[in-house]
Amino acid sequence: MDPILLRQVSRTYPLDSVGVPALRGIDLTIRPDGFTVLCGPSGSGKTTLLNLIGGLDRPDAGEVEVAGQRLNRLGDDALADFRARHLGFVFQHFNLLPVLTAAENVEVPLRLIGTPAARRRERVRELLAAVGLTDPVDLGDRRPGQLSGGQRQRVAIARALAAGPALVLADEPTANLDSETGAAILALMRRLQREQGVAFLFSSHDPQLLAAADDRVFLRDGRVTAVERSAGEVAA
Amino acid sequence: MNTVDLALRNLLRNRRRSLATLLAMVIGLSATLLFGGYAGNTMSAMETGYVQLHGHLQLQRRDHFLYGSGNPAAYGIADYPRLIEQIRRDPVLAPLLTVVTPKLQLGGIAGHFSAAHSTNVASVGVVAEEQAVLRDWDDYGAASYAPPMSLRGTPADSVVIGTGVARKLQLCRELGVQPCPAPARAVTAVTAAPTASSPALPADIAALSAQEARPAAAASTPGSTRIEMLAATVQGAPNVVGLNVVKAENFGLKEFDDSFTVLHLAQAQRLVYGAAEPQVTAIQLQLHHTAQMPAARARLQQLLDGEWTPRDLALVDFQTLAPVYGQTLEFFDSVFGFMATLIGVIVLFTVGNTMSMAVLERTTEIGTLRALGLRQRGIRRLFVTEGLLLGLAGTALGTLAALGLAALINRSGLSWTPPGYVYAYPLQVRVWGAGSMLAGSAAGLIAVAGLSAWWPARRAARLQIVDALRHA
Repeated sequence: MDPILLRQVSRTYPLDSVGVPALRGIDLTIRPDGFTVLCGPSGSGKTTLLNLIGGLDRPDAGEVEVAGQRLNRLGDDALADFRARHLGFVFQHFNLLPVLTAAENVEVPLRLIGTPAARRRERVRELLAAVGLTDPVDLGDRRPGQLSGGQRQRVAIARALAAGPALVLADEPTANLDSETGAAILALMRRLQREQGVAFLFSSHDPQLLAAADDRVFLRDGRVTAVERSAGEVAA
Repeated sequence: MNTVDLALRNLLRNRRRSLATLLAMVIGLSATLLFGGYAGNTMSAMETGYVQLHGHLQLQRRDHFLYGSGNPAAYGIADYPRLIEQIRRDPVLAPLLTVVTPKLQLGGIAGHFSAAHSTNVASVGVVAEEQAVLRDWDDYGAASYAPPMSLRGTPADSVVIGTGVARKLQLCRELGVQPCPAPARAVTAVTAAPTASSPALPADIAALSAQEARPAAAASTPGSTRIEMLAATVQGAPNVVGLNVVKAENFGLKEFDDSFTVLHLAQAQRLVYGAAEPQVTAIQLQLHHTAQMPAARARLQQLLDGEWTPRDLALVDFQTLAPVYGQTLEFFDSVFGFMATLIGVIVLFTVGNTMSMAVLERTTEIGTLRALGLRQRGIRRLFVTEGLLLGLAGTALGTLAALGLAALINRSGLSWTPPGYVYAYPLQVRVWGAGSMLAGSAAGLIAVAGLSAWWPARRAARLQIVDALRHA
């Protein structure tokens, strides 16, 4: 996969009659196969940056390029298709659909990209097994309300990986979990990132996650203040 | 898990709200269908009654319908037996016909000498056997209000009169008419002698009356049902025939019942045409089914425009002969349309409100689905499908409720008296078999439900993903 490139990206949100700048002229390159975390205090622009990279929002200025595709140039449908095929999402509150079983939740992205039914079933089984939801009992038939927080986040991770994305974006994925479960989820994501060759990009305050990341991007007041890469390189 | 499955599961999430929405649709649809069924049955009964009375089509002399009522001299159809025979043998018309029969319409005065009472009457002369066939028509299985043809098999001087005519002629006791209270004040007797309020009859009419009255008076013993009927002949001279009332029948509408009499065609022709060539004022054609009218009309029009042109005839259908049929149809249509619109608006807002609540409650889910790659149209489709499913369920349950209630009403024995009528009709609701009404109402309700969901669905689809995901 090509690197994620951001060039002079700005985003301002309206608040009553004034504009609140969330990102100010960000220039950033994120490597395609890493385990990268965006960190910074609340209001620093982490979630906004994730949303722009994930094609969930559009910048006011600048360009975002993911998997070789300039997202600014895509229409709404094309952007939706791009998200379905190339991106996976893990949310802080899991965001599973409550009327679907765990297996059906994992199946949603596969349906969106038109995967045949037999392949879907096989892929769902693989993923549920990969996130540890088949042993000792099969939890795939349970609805989210019947699962623990850790189990729900495992389902969410399986769903994020279902369509074989190039990049998984995770907004505070361990924030709603106790430290033990958070550590387990982190280990799981790390393992899957390596096994499946998928890039992971997080926003987080979690020290465990910061420690586990390959690269760390520090944000403050909508600007990148530093980038730490696993080789020890530090950029401002 | 496809769109329909997902929509169904979402509807079942909030069962109470979905049930309340369904209930509004079920009540609305069943009320509309019951009214439509009632109106449909009434129209079928009316159509049956008018077809039994007039046939589907009538051949009359041009303008008879507008100007010729009570003037058989000017609007008579000569050589009518040949026309009837031609119709019966026509290869197009013959298979369509149940009966084709002549009718003579005339006006006159009926007098009951023994009680010294008289009244104006509107009479028809008919072929009793053929009228009996006419009255057997019942294409809709409707409750038939036509009494059996009492004139059938009676002597040539027989007459059937309305119960109102019997009351006016003081024949209630003899004919067993009930109710028939004695009039509060004395009714002026018909006599040939001049009085202050009634001038003397012309000498010729008095002589005729006396001539007819002699045998009648002779027969006017207590219990006698002899009456005399006076009418003008084609030459303008008065003519009187003595008739024996075989039955008093209730002819429905009071105005009609108070003046209508039916006698044998030959007797009516004798009264109007005397020794001249007998004629009729109409040839009635009754078809097996009303739907055959266009075909029969086309063929008759062909004959009218061709070999019958010199006869100066016109074709009149039963809707024209009974304008109240079309007026009633329009009335029911307008009430049905009003009700359907009202209920449609209620359903529109009820389903719209349900869907708006659903969008509000599921904003985060909408954001999640959009983030995963569902297009805006997919979100719209999901919510519109939910609306359509509600519409489908409401249609199915509403139709079942209407059918059940209709069956209950039809077996309840309830009755009502329509305005202007003198006796009660059974209250019947015809929902089962009313295919076009059922299909139209169902399609309408489903469309309204889908339309109601469209606006909230559009709003859901246009939500900003990041705003939707932030929604608490």
